Amino acid sequence: MTILLFLIPVALALGALGLAAFLWSLRSGQFDDLDGAANRILVDEDRPKRPADGNK
Amino acid sequence: MMTCCPVGPAIDAATLFAGDLEPWVTTRPDGTRELDLIIPGLCSPESISVIEEALEQLSGLASARVNFTCKRVVATWNDVSFSAAAISGKLNELGFISRPFDPSHSGLKADDAQSRLLLRAVAVSGFAAANIMLLSVSVWSGAEGSTRDLFHWISAGIALPAVAYAGRPFFRSAVRALSSGQFNMDVPISLAVCLAALMSLFETFNHGEVAYFDASVTLLFFLLTGRYLDHLMRARARSAVSQLLSLSASSAMVEEADGTTRVLAATALQPHMKMLVAAGERLAADGVVIAGTSEIDRSLLTGETIPEVVAKGAIVHAGMLNLTGPIAIDVTAAGQDTFLAEIIRLMASAEQSRSRFVQIADRLARIYAPAVHILAATTLAGWLLWTGGDWHISLMTAIAVLIITCPCALGLAVPAVQTVASGVLFRNGVMIKDGAALEKLSGIDTVIFDKTGTLTLGRPRLTNSAALSSMDMALAAGLARASRHPLSRAVCEAAKFRGIVPLAVEGVQEIPGCGLSAIFQGEPVRLGSRRWCGIAENDGQGLPEFVLMRGSKATGIFAFEDELRGDAAAVIAKLQSEGLQVEILSGDREVAVRRAASALGIDKWQAGATLHQKLAYVEQLKAMGRKVLMVGDGLNDAPALAAGLTSMAPASATDIGRTAADSIFMGESLQPVLVARDVAIATQSLSLQNFVLAVGYNLVAVPIAMLGFASPLIAAVAMSTSSIIVIGNSLRLGLFFRKQPVPAEARPQQGAPDLPYLERRAA
Repeated sequence: MTILLFLIPVALALGALGLAAFLWSLRSGQFDDLDGAANRILVDEDRPKRPADGNK
Repeated sequence: MMTCCPVGPAIDAATLFAGDLEPWVTTRPDGTRELDLIIPGLCSPESISVIEEALEQLSGLASARVNFTCKRVVATWNDVSFSAAAISGKLNELGFISRPFDPSHSGLKADDAQSRLLLRAVAVSGFAAANIMLLSVSVWSGAEGSTRDLFHWISAGIALPAVAYAGRPFFRSAVRALSSGQFNMDVPISLAVCLAALMSLFETFNHGEVAYFDASVTLLFFLLTGRYLDHLMRARARSAVSQLLSLSASSAMVEEADGTTRVLAATALQPHMKMLVAAGERLAADGVVIAGTSEIDRSLLTGETIPEVVAKGAIVHAGMLNLTGPIAIDVTAAGQDTFLAEIIRLMASAEQSRSRFVQIADRLARIYAPAVHILAATTLAGWLLWTGGDWHISLMTAIAVLIITCPCALGLAVPAVQTVASGVLFRNGVMIKDGAALEKLSGIDTVIFDKTGTLTLGRPRLTNSAALSSMDMALAAGLARASRHPLSRAVCEAAKFRGIVPLAVEGVQEIPGCGLSAIFQGEPVRLGSRRWCGIAENDGQGLPEFVLMRGSKATGIFAFEDELRGDAAAVIAKLQSEGLQVEILSGDREVAVRRAASALGIDKWQAGATLHQKLAYVEQLKAMGRKVLMVGDGLNDAPALAAGLTSMAPASATDIGRTAADSIFMGESLQPVLVARDVAIATQSLSLQNFVLAVGYNLVAVPIAMLGFASPLIAAVAMSTSSIIVIGNSLRLGLFFRKQPVPAEARPQQGAPDLPYLERRAA
């Protein structure tokens, strides 16, 4: 039964990882604009950056 | 999506927000300045990059991020010299109207926070439930001795923090209810969850065989899901409504004593200020005209479709639309004294009587919550007697009863259906403000329509376009295009529809109350009323007309009528065939109302009704026990909208009308009224089915629990299956109302009105 000592922590850690990832994505605003995110994949990203101030 | 742009009337959209943006700019701790603008007209995905690219071209702006879901853009910058006005200026250039987003005003910020809290709680309880369930499965499949204890301890380690974190929404609500001496569904929920967790902990300490950690956490997970769905639905409707409201946020131009002018928010107006109103603007306050002559469209206030001429000394009210000439107004009332404030007072009192409506879920909760506690207490007492005072086993059984009876499926039964229903309605152009509106809609027996702007589109249409020569049309359009008068616009529209290019005329003058005059090829031409053109009055049909004069000769007569919504007759016939009493309650003149009523086949109508009469009529019907659906758009409908059992308003309604109504429909069709009622009835029957399923499950499970046979396995399986059955049953609504492609042979003939929903419904 010693296998349990590995398997249970591993299972819990993986679950916790998923939970943490979800909470992080929620906090970083990835769920704020679901319709926008769906449409942004169609937006052509190859636009020239602005020459000046560079902080974007 | 059928309609994705909930935009108000064009005239409102044209009045730009001219106020100062500076108060809306917030400064982050690191010194970055931030402005949150709402763009109600944002509806095509391409606009995302158009707006972001254009704004990032502004020098000094650090970033611009569009939120497509909420139709907002957040811009940040570090440069102190950067002016926020540049952002809204740029957006205007692109053709987008923007308003500062005021979270405190719409309550959206609180919504956002609440929704995140719930989502986090769902995630935590879901994680806990999945892991504990895995451990529990091992216990059920025969783990014994120290292995079982270990599994129970690990479960406790996951469950206790999870319950403490994810259970908060229920605990708070339960405490609030109890402290005000009431019972709600959250009291038994909180008790069951806490007791299950604590009892399991106690058992784990004593190396017991059973623990209910899985039950308590799974319970939370399902209930939180229901609560989140419920919240999502209301938040979506609220954000859509706030977008509509922000479109008509009004401002006013004020002239100071020294002759300078400045723009003020409508709320900042004071009595005796001199307000300047340009042609095409809506009045922001009540007052007396002190200079200028114009025509005023008061259809939003009274339902009257024909504009009225006002000159010096005339009393005008907020919400009226100034059509033809600039006027100056001495503001007489602001704040509490306006006509608007009177309407709001009437609405508030009308709404009080309405708040007595109790939703079916709450009605059941009132019976259910005490029943659960009595059952648990009876079980405890019964087992104490039976076992001769064995507290341990008696308490265990009583708690098992609490867990089993916990209204898990009941908590999901209504929100799940209502969320699906609101999604279906949203796709059909109807926004429901809360679930109660759906319940009320399903029970209506009387539908009262306002005429102007509700049954009709609220704008006149040229009815005899085919009888007029192209030359007359072209000349009339040439005159009319200089004017914002609704009749002139109708002429231009009709000309455009026939593909006629307006003729160029010179020196167009608009004479309020009379018409337009100009010079065409050296000859004076006029387009205006019969009286002004010197033509004999006609038979008094009461319909507005224009006469076109070339020199002293009348060449054409243009007849207008406020156009009925294309499918109004079909929708009303359908409502009547379903046994609903349909009536018209309008403030417009009798001729116009009679004409509309006979065109629509409505026998019962009332014309010339004032604000108070409309309210009184609806109250009277209510007193007779009728369940009234009020459909209206004007200011004069607002109290009646609030008084009806439930109400709907078109998206083009006044903001007060939209606030007063329970639901809002978009587009030029009247079909959403029909769709909303169908969906509401289906929702109600599915909710009832769900209740029957949920209660039926309890009827089976409770005796098992009371007799002490409820193992954690039985609790978990029974609870999950009942929840899944309820959710599955709710999803049937979406299948039922899914848009089906119309088969080729059933497609409407060319030119026939496009009524796919009505047709499908008849089939």
